Amino acid sequence: MSETTAAAPRVEVRAITKSFELGHGQSRPVINKVDFSAQQGEFLAIIGPSGCGKSTLFNIMAGLEKPRDGEILVDGRPVTGEREHFAYMPQKDLLFPWRTILQNTALGLEVRGGSKKTARASAASLFPAFGLSGFENSHPFELSGGMRQRAALLRTVVQARDVLLLDEPFGALDSLTRTDMQAWLQDVWSHNSWTAVLITHDIREAIYLADRVVVLSPRPASVRLNLPIDLPRPRQLSMMASARFAHYELQLLETLHRPGNPVPDGIG
Amino acid sequence: MIVLALLATWQGAVAAGGVKPTVLPSPQRIVEQGWLARGIIWANTVPTLQETFLGFAVSLTLAWVLAVAIDFSPWLRRALMPLLVASQTIPIIAIAPLMIIWFGFGLMPKIMVIALVTFFPVTVGLIDGFNLTDRDAGNLLRSMGANRWKQFVYVRLPSALPSFFTALRIGIAYAVTGAIFAEYIGAREGLGIYMATMKNSFRTDLVLAAVAVTAFLSVGLFLLTYAAERLIIPWHSKERRNRHV
Ligand SMILES: Nc1ncnc2c1ncn2[C@@H]1O[C@H](COP(=O)(O)OP(=O)(O)OP(=O)(O)O)[C@@H](O)[C@H]1O
Ligand SMILES: [Mg+2]
Repeated sequence: MSETTAAAPRVEVRAITKSFELGHGQSRPVINKVDFSAQQGEFLAIIGPSGCGKSTLFNIMAGLEKPRDGEILVDGRPVTGEREHFAYMPQKDLLFPWRTILQNTALGLEVRGGSKKTARASAASLFPAFGLSGFENSHPFELSGGMRQRAALLRTVVQARDVLLLDEPFGALDSLTRTDMQAWLQDVWSHNSWTAVLITHDIREAIYLADRVVVLSPRPASVRLNLPIDLPRPRQLSMMASARFAHYELQLLETLHRPGNPVPDGIG
Repeated sequence: MIVLALLATWQGAVAAGGVKPTVLPSPQRIVEQGWLARGIIWANTVPTLQETFLGFAVSLTLAWVLAVAIDFSPWLRRALMPLLVASQTIPIIAIAPLMIIWFGFGLMPKIMVIALVTFFPVTVGLIDGFNLTDRDAGNLLRSMGANRWKQFVYVRLPSALPSFFTALRIGIAYAVTGAIFAEYIGAREGLGIYMATMKNSFRTDLVLAAVAVTAFLSVGLFLLTYAAERLIIPWHSKERRNRHV
């Protein structure tokens, strides 16, 4: 799982730089030469302070924003600005109240074209694994927070894109549900060969779920640490009490809170 | 309840004070005389209803075309918004008689007055509704590969429907008033011209009977919009109810 693997990584972010124009000649640097990559089947976690540019980075990977500089590569091929490689799960669940859960989860396939029927059939086939059986015809507001997140994740993975981008999928959940969801995600993960990048604020979540954790600095974001997590899979909740886990946790915490060199805004 | 209490007070006051029925008839007299004149009142209600529906249909079509066009083109928004607002500063009182002169006593001036007073709230309601769409929802659709049209169909349109129905309710209330007003200025038939004629022959009771019918029409149409809303966006009321639990 290191950069020396002969094959091109599944996804590579290469020297991405981004700033937002604020008008009046001012600009706000948000991302500064960020590099990282993930191999096929690898689970990457990104942690960074709030507002450092994580969601912006995802928007660039998903082709929704243009970087000022740098490229995104999939299987060694530059794909900057292309939209068909990444399946994006945004910070909010964004399940639409006018669609049933099944219709919501099939949305990505429907939008891409092709028949509604096959789209819904593919989505429906994943309902048992996502613990959503029986809720196909429910509406989002009838579901608990955890179920809504699972539905949003289902909507993401069913698109069968090359890489999953998960932006704080459990950020809005209470800690009990959150732990359940982490355990559940790590379980479905182990039964699939998804390549995923997960944004989180939660250091323990990052260590528990990921093969590698990338730590970003405060805005403008740059990579402070790219830490492989060498814990056996399947991960158990009990590992959170292990010495190695604590060691990773401390290392990440220290890196995250190290006083940095945030470049001030144009507006100060 | 409140309505009943008010009517009772009214009835009592008229009976006790001996007010002339040409000035202020009692509710009882309005109902009696209105009932006797039911044939002619009904004959005048039908054209008013027809005008309301036709005018409002024209207005809705116009509102949808404009709002969708504006939603797709920032350039059109800048070009049309000032015109829309300007259309609302036209004093209908002054322009309605001119329309009679230009277009005669037929359907045309009524439809135009109704459209003029109703298309603005509906158009603005729709435009705002489209803009109420969650920005991130647009991004999600784009990440799925949706073009502007698909974003509109899958997200912007459904997001706008609750605002549309609110605007529809405001519009329909104005539509009835607009129809009556246009007829009052000049028409061959309809509740508006009926009121004008009865007023001129001092039949205050029949004027008020026609007013009562108008009020019933408005309330009826108002309720109809709720029924349509239930039918077309059943998820909306369910979601709202759920959020308050
Ligand atoms: N369109 C924009 N124009 C100007 N500034 C923007 C724009 N979008 C984001 N920003 C700024 O860029 C910075 C990074 O935003 P971003 O949403 O990527 O942060 P984040 O790391 O995802 O934060 P959080 O952890 O709170 O989700 C923020 O300071 C934000 O104000
Ligand atoms: Mg974010």
